Order: sequence, then structure tokens, then C-alpha cells
Amino acid sequence: MINALGRPQTVLLLGGTSDIALALARSWAHEPGLYVVLAARPGPRRDAAAAELEQLGCVVEPIDFEATDTARHPALIESVASGRDIDVAVVAFGVLGDEERAWQDHETAVHLAEVNYVAPVSVGVCLAERLRRQGHGVIVALSSVAGERVRRSNFAYGASKAGMDGFYLGLGEALRGSGARVLVVRPGFVHTKMTAGRDAAPLSVSAEQVASAVTKAVASGDDLIWVPAAMRGVMSGLRHVPRSLFRRLPI
Amino acid sequence: MAEPATDVVLTGWGRTAPTAASLRRADASGVARLLRDAGPRGLIARGLGRSYGDPAQNAGGDVLAPLPGWIDEPGPDGSVRVSAGTSLHDLMRHLLPRGRFVPVTPGTRYVSVGGAIAADVHGKGHHVTGSFGEQVVSLDLVLPDGTTRTVGPDTDPELYWATVGGMGLTGVIVAAVLRTIPVESGYLTVTTQRLPDLDAVLREMAEGDARFGYSVAWIDTEARGRSLGRSVLSRGDHARRDQLSGRAARDPLALPRAPRLTVPLTPPTSLVTAATVRAFNELWFRKAPRWRSDELQDVSAFFHPLDGVAGWNRLYGPRGFVQYQFAVPEAHADVVRRILERLAADRHPTFLAVLKRFGPGSPGWLSFPRAGWTLAVDTPARPDLADLLAGLDEQVVAAGGRVYLAKDARLRPEIVDAMYPRASDFRELRARLDPQRRLQSDLARRLHL
Ligand SMILES: Cc1cc2nc3c(=O)[nH]c(=O)nc-3n(C[C@H](O)[C@H](O)[C@H](O)COP(=O)(O)OP(=O)(O)OC[C@H]3O[C@@H](n4cnc5c(N)ncnc54)[C@H](O)[C@@H]3O)c2cc1C
Ligand SMILES: NC(=O)c1ccc[n+]([C@@H]2O[C@H](COP(=O)([O-])OP(=O)(O)OC[C@H]3O[C@@H](n4cnc5c(N)ncnc54)[C@H](OP(=O)(O)O)[C@@H]3O)[C@@H](O)[C@H]2O)c1
Repeated sequence: MINALGRPQTVLLLGGTSDIALALARSWAHEPGLYVVLAARPGPRRDAAAAELEQLGCVVEPIDFEATDTARHPALIESVASGRDIDVAVVAFGVLGDEERAWQDHETAVHLAEVNYVAPVSVGVCLAERLRRQGHGVIVALSSVAGERVRRSNFAYGASKAGMDGFYLGLGEALRGSGARVLVVRPGFVHTKMTAGRDAAPLSVSAEQVASAVTKAVASGDDLIWVPAAMRGVMSGLRHVPRSLFRRLPI
Repeated sequence: MAEPATDVVLTGWGRTAPTAASLRRADASGVARLLRDAGPRGLIARGLGRSYGDPAQNAGGDVLAPLPGWIDEPGPDGSVRVSAGTSLHDLMRHLLPRGRFVPVTPGTRYVSVGGAIAADVHGKGHHVTGSFGEQVVSLDLVLPDGTTRTVGPDTDPELYWATVGGMGLTGVIVAAVLRTIPVESGYLTVTTQRLPDLDAVLREMAEGDARFGYSVAWIDTEARGRSLGRSVLSRGDHARRDQLSGRAARDPLALPRAPRLTVPLTPPTSLVTAATVRAFNELWFRKAPRWRSDELQDVSAFFHPLDGVAGWNRLYGPRGFVQYQFAVPEAHADVVRRILERLAADRHPTFLAVLKRFGPGSPGWLSFPRAGWTLAVDTPARPDLADLLAGLDEQVVAAGGRVYLAKDARLRPEIVDAMYPRASDFRELRARLDPQRRLQSDLARRLHL
């Protein structure tokens, strides 16, 4: 159960090797004995993540998760939830990749859409069904400001995030009154392995900053946040910039 | 009989951690059926929802609304048979005209008899009468398998003392026979004292409580340094007819009434802030007399000052609030001091804390009271409280003390056994009594009871 101060006892990280997801797990690991299900592709990254969280006093259960294998998702969520309630589920997997390839190479484009949009819908449906039945729980969906106004420089990624953002906002509405909640998180540029080697955009943040904003939002029962909070104003401005001008902005 | 279920989202009095359940309404005869039909998430009985945290919630399962209230005529020995759904408010209004009163009342009369037994509640008179469960003659309990058992401290002490304080997890209480005490009026003669610091109030309570039937102190949590623990001590006894005068003599029963004021909506943020709290506490302390004796106060004013404003819990805003109530042995007043210091230093806005000196505890397996000091503090639910309160838990446990489950919304499961040595017996009993887990609650899930 999530307690009165917003601390969960069990978290499911879908994309369990994501830097942001792991920062989140670390900040909740203050709670001794936090149970973390690391749903991720097997490999050294997952092993390292499990070892680190165990070091912090978490009980870690790694399970194999491939985002594009949507047929397996229902059984996977069911098996996680059969042992214990899912207090918080973090939808953290995602790919960015080479933006120019992402609209010119057919395979890359389809794969990106599958991982960033189809797979979140797939796990979202399974999680919603489960959380409704247990009468409580929070789904944290890692969206992006890139989806808020899709721009030329990364529109394949941005469009996939726009889709998942809309789906999870709607899911939150649909779940009202069920005890289950959805928190949509829109970070700006976050320094993680996804963005390694790229020039940081203005207002960039660390994975820890995202984690700290998310833990607060989960405790407060928020349903939509920007990280940093100032991004909200920036994006609100950008949304209204005419296309002709938007095109020429250096973003 | 049972009516169709409705979907509800529930919280406790602190308005934190909402979860959804299906609310079932039934009378006593329908309870067995509901238990037998309970799904995989089980059922829990709810009283009037005055517990602060999650014991009367059951996410994804069934929550049984209070059973219809009824009260029999008191017997010649003063004992009275009541439905578990009866509120203490209604019970007091029934008893006073008959010259009787409940032996134990908590700080609100809007609790059900079932809830009072399940939390083994205590009142200002604990040092004299003990807790609620010690004033029950017997209770009718519908067990998880649907059978009804009448249990009392003599007939089935194991099941009885597991149920008293058992937070609804051993069965559904449908009725109880309670002892009552004779009174001549609905008034109390009250002695009020203003005390400058913690030592003074501890000393005064240790030395003088025995002279009064009721005693409690309100501590100004904003006071620091030399004034740490400055308080107003309020003690009293039921007034005899010949002690009444003026308005009290004209209306000697002064039956408790419904609240006069209501907080109509939840403000967008908590109105309980450092500034409002400091101003309130200061005013309240200054207004109290240095010493005043034999003042007449009616039952509501003396026992239930907060019941005058319905929905006061909304003042804490949408995030709600938590109450931290702990008890430590007599010799560990130092823990009370350190915790007051810590709360004052951390500048978490806390209204008046309530201090009481408990008499010996009851045999209830999960009952809270134990001989010594108890302190209760309300504060807005802020995420940064989690580590602070966990630190206080450690101090309480190190002193051999415990935190009150009826107020709790954030304890960790690992620490429960250190506070409640019979928690493992309780778990074993549940495993035997309820192998299919037909009784479940959010509290039980959170604390692995
Ligand atoms: C302003 C205020 C002041 C308070 N002061 C005090 C005080 O001075 N001393 C004190 O001890 N407590 C105090 N309390 C706490 C309160 O007395 C307890 O939480 C009490 O249990 C609430 O009763 P309820 O009917 O509201 O039960 P709920 O809060 O609805 O439920 C409490 C527990 O009782 C169980 N329960 C309810 N009905 C039944 C039943 N029929 N069969 C089996 N289990 C049942 C529930 O499952 C749950 O575990 C105070 C609370 C408030 C809000
Ligand atoms: N970093 C940013 O600037 C930023 C900004 C806004 C939003 N976001 C979003 O935040 C989320 C987390 O990102 P991050 O910054 O933490 O990046 P990250 O560390 O790269 O995490 C992304 C994770 O997704 C997993 N993943 C990718 N494809 C997968 C697949 N097919 N199946 C299963 N798992 C797969 C990866 O797992 P493997 O270890 O198996 O490769 C990786 O651990 C993403 O959704 C991202 O879009 C990030």
C-alpha cells in the first residue's frame, strides 16, 4: 500500500534499467524493504541495477520484459500482481535514437512507434485492469515535453510521446473513482544514457531531479507535472507560437 | 438482509491514501452471508470512519457500513445491550436521562461501539476505568466462516482479547453488552491549571491524577526552550445534582447535541500553517486560567470539544493530515520531551498536543494503552514527515513503547512486532480463524497483520 505520506511498498519498473526509473527507485528506497520488480531485458545493465538496489536494502525481483512483445504483457502484469499489490508502476521504457533515421528508415520508424507508443498502450491497458481490481495504485507514465508540441528536429519521437501522453491522460480520466490514479510526467532534457553525448537543452535536469519531483507528485496525488516545473510555462508559450515562426526557432 | 453494493472511495479521518471499495449495507442477519460471499480482496467492517488512517478501508474489496443502531433498556446492574453500529453520541443521549453514562469515551462521541471495541479506545478516565474493552461484558462476533460466537473476557479470553483492539480483523462485531456508570447530571466539575513547562505538568499529573476521575493536558507544541511543554491541565468528575447551579441546575442533563458549525468545503491548501498554529496556540494558552476549580462544563465541552465543528478535518486541505500518538512507560518521560523538542525544532505546524497518563493496559493483544505517558499530535501530511516520524518510532520502541494503530497511517511493517509483542500470535490466530482471508483491510495489508 502507498501510505499517508506517499511512500509505496511495491514498485514495478517497466524499463527497469532506465536511469530515471532507477533514480525513482533509489528515492523510494528510504523505505526499508521496498519491493522492486525490475521488468527489463536481461543483461549486465539489469544485473547491475538489481545489485545496486539490493545494496540499498530493496528486495529486487528481476523479470524479463520486451516492450515490443505485447502479446506477453497481460500474463506478465498478472504474474507480478499475483504475489502482491502493485502500489506504483512506472512506464519508463523508451527509445530516442537517430532522429533523421527515425523518419527515413522504415524499420527504425516502426520500431520507435512500437516501443514508444504501442507498448505503453499495451502495458497501460493491463495495468489499468489490475489496479482497478485492487482498488488503489498509481501509474507513472514518463512522457516528454517533446510530445507537447512536436517539432521538426525530432518529430518521430515527439509524435510517439504525444500519443502515449494523450493515452495516459485519458486513462487517468477513465480511472477516476476507481482508486487507481495516473501521473503523467513531462520532463525536458534529462541527463541520462538516452541523451548521452548530446548537447544539453536549456533547463536541463538530472534523473534525480525528475525522481524527486515524481515522488512529491505521487504523494500529493497530482496527475500531470513538468520537470523542471518552469517547463510548463515554456511549453505553454511554445504551443501558441505560429508554425511559420516555430519552424525557425533554434529548438 | 443485505442491500446491493455501491462503489466508493474511502479514507480515514486524516483524509490521506484514498482507496476504492464496494460498500455493503446489511443488518446483523446479513453479515454471515456477506462474509461467505466475500471475494478475493475480502471484507472489513467500518464504523464512523474516525480512525485517522486506513483500518476501515479495503482497497478492491468490500467495506461493511455500520449496522443499524439500536439500544436496549439498561438492565438492573446498569449494563446495556447495543448494536455495534450504535454511535456513542446516541448511546449517551439514551443513557443520560436514565441516570447512566458510558464508562469510556474518546475525544469524539461520533464513534461506533464496534469501532470503539475494535480499537480498544481510551478516554480521559483511563487511569481509573481502563480502556473500552475492559468495560464490555460480552460481544457477539460473526467469524469469517459465518458462524456467530458470543465472547467475553471470561467465556473465550483468547478470541475476546484478540478482538478487543483487533481492528476488525477477527470478525464482525454485531452487538455488545456494555457496563455503564451512574451519574446524576450531564455536567462535570472541572479544575483547570496552566502549567509553565513539561516537568510541571508531568509532576502534577503523576501526583494528582488519582484525585480525579478524568484528566488530560493540552500542550502548546510551539513553545520551546524553557517553556517547552507548557500546558493547560484539565481534570474533573461527574457533577452531583447538588453541585449544579444556574443554567446547569435548570437543565441538569444537557444532552449532547449535533454540531453547530460545519466546515463546508476543503480549502485548496491547508489552513493549518506555522503562522495560524502559532497564533492559535498562543491565544489559547493565554486565555486559560492559571488556576480555576469547580467550573461546570457539559459533556460536550469537557469530553468532545472538537465535535462542535463538523468536518474540521477538511481544514487541512486536500493532502490531509496525520496524527502521531505514542505511549511510553512511566519512566520514559524523556522520550516525550525529546519528541516535543524534535517537533518544535522541525517547524512542522502542529496544533496542541494531548498528553495523558495511562493506568495499566488491558490484555488486548493489539491494544494500545499501557501504563505510562501518551502524547498525540496532529500535523499536515507532508512527504518530508516520513523520515522524521520513522525516527520517532525508533525512540518510542527503544523505550518499550508503541504507536496507536487507530491513529496510524504510515508505520512500517517491520516495527510493528517490536511495539506489539503479541502481533505474531495475532497473525497465527488469523491464519487459523480465517484461512481464506475473508477479512482484509488496507491497514492489515500495509502492516502485514
Ligand atoms: C477527534 C477525534 C478524537 C479522538 N479521540 C480519541 C481518544 O481520545 N481515544 C481513543 O482511543 N481514540 C480516539 N480517537 C480515535 C477513535 O476513537 C477510534 O479510531 C475509533 O476506532 C473510531 O471508531 P469508528 O466507529 O469511527 O471506527 P472506524 O474508524 O470506522 O473503524 C475503526 C476500526 O474498527 C473496526 N470496526 C468498526 N466497526 C466494527 C465492527 N462492527 N466489528 C468489527 N470491527 C469494527 C474497523 O474495521 C476498524 O479497524 C479519536 C478520533 C477523532 C477523530
Ligand atoms: N532523458 C531524457 O532527456 C528524457 C526526456 C523526456 C522523457 N524521457 C523519457 O523517460 C523515459 C526514461 O528515459 P531515460 O532517460 O531513463 O532513458 P534510458 O536510461 O535510456 O532508459 C530507457 C530504457 O528503455 C529500455 N528499453 C528500450 N527499448 C526497449 C524494449 N524494446 N524493451 C524493453 N525495454 C526497452 C532500455 O532498456 P535496455 O537497458 O534493455 O536497453 C532503457 O533502460 C523514456 O520513456 C524517455 O523517453 C527522457
